[in-house]
Amino acid sequence: MAFFLETLFGGLMSGMLYALIGLGFVLIFKASGVFNFAQGAMVLVAALAMARFSVWIPQWLGFESLLLANILAFIVAAAMMFLLAWLIERLVLRHLVNQEATTLLMATLGISYFLDGLGQFSFGSSVYSINVGMPKEPWFILENMFEGGILVSLEDLTAALVAALLVAALALFFQYTGTGRALRAVADDHQAAQSVGIPLNRIWVVVWCVAGLCALVAGIIWGSKFGVQFTLATAALRALPVVILGGLTSIPGAIIGGLIIGVGEKLSEVYLGPFVGGGIEIWFAYVLALVFLLFRPQGLFGEKIIDRV
Amino acid sequence: MFYRENGQFKTTYRSDQQIFPILQDRIFIWILLAVAFVAVPMLGSDYFLRGILIPFLILSLAAVGLNILVGYCGQISLGTGAFMAVGAYAAWNFGVRVPAMPLVLQILMGGVFATLVGVVFGIPSLRIRGLYLAVATLAAQFFVDWAFLRIPYFTNYSPSGNVSVPALTAFGLPVQTAVEKYLFVLCFVVVFALIAKNLVRGALGRQWMAMRDMDVAAAVIGIRPVYAKLTAFAVSSFIVGVAGALWGFIHLGSWEPLAFDLNRSFQLLFMVIIGGLGSIMGSFFGAAFIVLVPVALHSVPRWLGLPLSVDTIFHIEHMVFGALIVFFLIVEPHGLARLWSVAKEKLRMWPFPH
Repeated sequence: MAFFLETLFGGLMSGMLYALIGLGFVLIFKASGVFNFAQGAMVLVAALAMARFSVWIPQWLGFESLLLANILAFIVAAAMMFLLAWLIERLVLRHLVNQEATTLLMATLGISYFLDGLGQFSFGSSVYSINVGMPKEPWFILENMFEGGILVSLEDLTAALVAALLVAALALFFQYTGTGRALRAVADDHQAAQSVGIPLNRIWVVVWCVAGLCALVAGIIWGSKFGVQFTLATAALRALPVVILGGLTSIPGAIIGGLIIGVGEKLSEVYLGPFVGGGIEIWFAYVLALVFLLFRPQGLFGEKIIDRV
Repeated sequence: MFYRENGQFKTTYRSDQQIFPILQDRIFIWILLAVAFVAVPMLGSDYFLRGILIPFLILSLAAVGLNILVGYCGQISLGTGAFMAVGAYAAWNFGVRVPAMPLVLQILMGGVFATLVGVVFGIPSLRIRGLYLAVATLAAQFFVDWAFLRIPYFTNYSPSGNVSVPALTAFGLPVQTAVEKYLFVLCFVVVFALIAKNLVRGALGRQWMAMRDMDVAAAVIGIRPVYAKLTAFAVSSFIVGVAGALWGFIHLGSWEPLAFDLNRSFQLLFMVIIGGLGSIMGSFFGAAFIVLVPVALHSVPRWLGLPLSVDTIFHIEHMVFGALIVFFLIVEPHGLARLWSVAKEKLRMWPFPH
């Protein structure tokens, strides 16, 4: 029982991490109908920038404070993501307005290749670490209920808290600010939003900026947990089934989908894996999402798609 | 001046419906085939054949297969590498378990198994499309990668997980030197390109294109969506499976599942986009482009005397590919094949355009 709960907790925590990446997908899809394959590359670039700048900036300016270095690196990395968002809108999306969804998908695939190359070209391709002072020591809870208690990683818990905070902040932003309202209007109906005077291009820049920020937060958390390297870009591929399961247009869907996939992966790996040779968490999420799609093509919380076949 | 069809009157339906209705095109193709079959094996160096032409031919075959699915039937697939892997491993398993089976039959059986897997993973396309279908094909990719890595039966319990083929012979002739391998692959590619070209301009191809352009309208005029989509998946995965078997047997010789990973799928998709969606000719252009760009990127800095590390070149390659994809999608969504036909149009008028 204690082991089961431990696995369950582990699953929930990694689910939060998936949800964090999934959020980026959902934000962009909601606002512009673009399925952003480049989210993984954005996470990689953001994490690389954060890792490198937090080393470079103290060298350039000649101070030693870790906190200050991290804050400055975060600001620089965020500024870089904003610039990237603006460039993507300006150079790519603006020219592909009203194209089919698959064309846009392939365009983001191109962007993702470009960013993969650019990130590693400018920041180097070895393994870097991010140290933002996340607690590393394990923590045992419910020691009086089970023998030895249940091991919970404080690092995971912090990550989950940060993710929850980010989601709450985003929800507030969407609900209570003018820009947030405009974003929701664009998500509902592009043409109607444009006809009441909402500038589509600006909204897209904003939404890519927000997605870039999500990528940065996800990159920092993943990076400080597993190290910053090329495999970060594939984390997004792991998060894809999450948004499919939760529905491409729903923010709560991304969270709950992430939790389901995280728990499902861990439990299947532990309880099912030994029978079929292990390593099944790579495809388990996909097959889960695929089976789900057959019965409910719009995902758990997604809007009903009319163009079903 | 030379490229005119004046005076070439078609007097039979047969001559009107040829693949290349213009005489000059036919002459060009015959010359191309003669060069490919006679001149290249005589003149090409070992590196040129092994390092450039054989990969180019096999990848263009795979791109033809993918183009049938993506370009003609409009079903996006990110799992091409998986179908190549199925072809390669199925062919290899037939070789190991049925030693009497001839090489050509082995490769074709690889195609048959890829077809079966392709149809199974094509079934979701009946309910979903676009983005969701892309995810379904990604599922195929990850599942197949895992299966060949973790299920020891498929690799005949080889401890390292990688498999290798013995010395090859086909019809009693050895297929070992670069020239022999090149000719072997070339025969496959020519035959399959011809079959594919004829399929896409026949009834089946028209059904696929109708499904691509508007599935509801196609269903209304009596095209069965199930049949059209699943045949596209079947034909496409058969060709891709054969290409996979050739890639493993002829080009690699010994391989592990990593040879057919997600990057291979993306690479093939890029070939189809750059070459031209919905064009058999375009698949060849795209494959040539993708094979040649890395070669060029490796040699140009060396000529210019720039010392670049392998890593840097690899990253620049990524950037160039990514930028080109976006460039082509924006500027010329029909790819190199479209540029080719524009050039031909211009040539017809040249030198008096008015």
